[in-house]
Amino acid sequence: MSRRYDSRTTIFSPEGRIHQVEYAIEAINHAGTVIAINSKNGIFILAEAKRPSALIADKVDNEKIYKLSGCMVGCVAGITADANILINYARNQVQNHLQAFNEPAPVEKIVRQVANVKQNYTQYGGLRPFGVSIVYAAFSREGGFKLYHSDPSGNYASWKSICIGANSSSIIGTLKEKWTPDIDLTGAKNLAFEAYCKPCDVQSISSKNFETMVLTLDSDDKPLFQALGTDEVENLLKENNPIKAS
Amino acid sequence: MECLIGIRGKDFVLMAGDSVAGRSVVAMKKDHDKMYQLSNRLLMAACGEGGDTVQFAEYIAKNIQLYRMRNGYDLSTKAAASFTRRNLADYLRSSTPYFVNLLIGGYDDSDGADLYYMDYLGSMVKLPFGVHGYGSFFVLSVMDRYYKEDMTRDEALVLLQRCIDEIHERFIINLNSFKVKIVDKEGIHVMKDLRPTTKQPEETPGTQSMDIV
Repeated sequence: MSRRYDSRTTIFSPEGRIHQVEYAIEAINHAGTVIAINSKNGIFILAEAKRPSALIADKVDNEKIYKLSGCMVGCVAGITADANILINYARNQVQNHLQAFNEPAPVEKIVRQVANVKQNYTQYGGLRPFGVSIVYAAFSREGGFKLYHSDPSGNYASWKSICIGANSSSIIGTLKEKWTPDIDLTGAKNLAFEAYCKPCDVQSISSKNFETMVLTLDSDDKPLFQALGTDEVENLLKENNPIKAS
Repeated sequence: MECLIGIRGKDFVLMAGDSVAGRSVVAMKKDHDKMYQLSNRLLMAACGEGGDTVQFAEYIAKNIQLYRMRNGYDLSTKAAASFTRRNLADYLRSSTPYFVNLLIGGYDDSDGADLYYMDYLGSMVKLPFGVHGYGSFFVLSVMDRYYKEDMTRDEALVLLQRCIDEIHERFIINLNSFKVKIVDKEGIHVMKDLRPTTKQPEETPGTQSMDIV
């Protein structure tokens, strides 16, 4: 791997790689974990919000999970400042679509537009890529519950369950093992906590560090976004923490 | 001088437009089709300024196709109508406004058949029946009298024929042929052109005399 080819996004290495993009992807592996699981009757998202200092006020605005529209949510992992730009852009695009078509923007369209912005920074301008991975969770009448993920290269795909951020590779291993197509929301919640706790150091887990989101349908079949209460988070942690079980 | 008519039935939209293309006092073409296909189940009838109608209709049609290519599915009638209205409204306050009046009829699986009426100022309403042009002065009252919800195709065609007859009876301009199309679940169907049912004026032969007193 030659160091001569990695200082700019505008050049390929002899092996055919763009190192800056890969380093951007690497940067995300140091960020707070996000686990998203699609189930029969909803999507569950678990995000770890890293608190860099004890002095940070407890009741903080969302750091990981952002509402993009009435039916869509975006969860970020990576450089928060970069993420803010992209989330703002996504929200603008949602409203532009609403203004033009008078109906909710389809997820794929928004995912693709944000991904195209990310791709731009890997090809033009000589600027560094966005150090952000985004997981989108959405409900639509045509497609039901959907999960999408895009990374700094601008690639995106639809997922049954996904993990980004710290420990993502081992957590994805657990998800691959345990996810089934007929898993329900409760199963998804438990699976998320189980997968999160497995590679973790028990002492550092505290329920205050989690942001959660449950996406279901309400009685009028409209999408409903809810966070879990602290009690429920505590219970799920207790039940799925492997060390405590022994 | 143009007339566009749209009627929403049970699961279809019937649309008709006169087939005269005129400039000033001359009828240039007598079999002109003023309805444009936006997608498989979306039909737009446009009247107004000569070049604007075609230009705007094609612009909208191609953009709707582009959306389909990019996103993999057709826009619903409501979304397509909103998109069209958005364009009309945006161009209105530019240096190149479009002077077109539109009727958009379409069918989609979630909402069934829908008819939208739009004018050149960018106002839009969803209607059970709509008419553009001078013809509306005569046709709307006929519609009010005979229209009912959930009509069948045959009933709608009878109503349309009544409208055309009324225009022929009272409108000073001779619109003696209408292009007719129906949009439904299966797509857009081209129907036979409709003409006013001819009524021969009564003739009383004989001499005419005047009594001299």
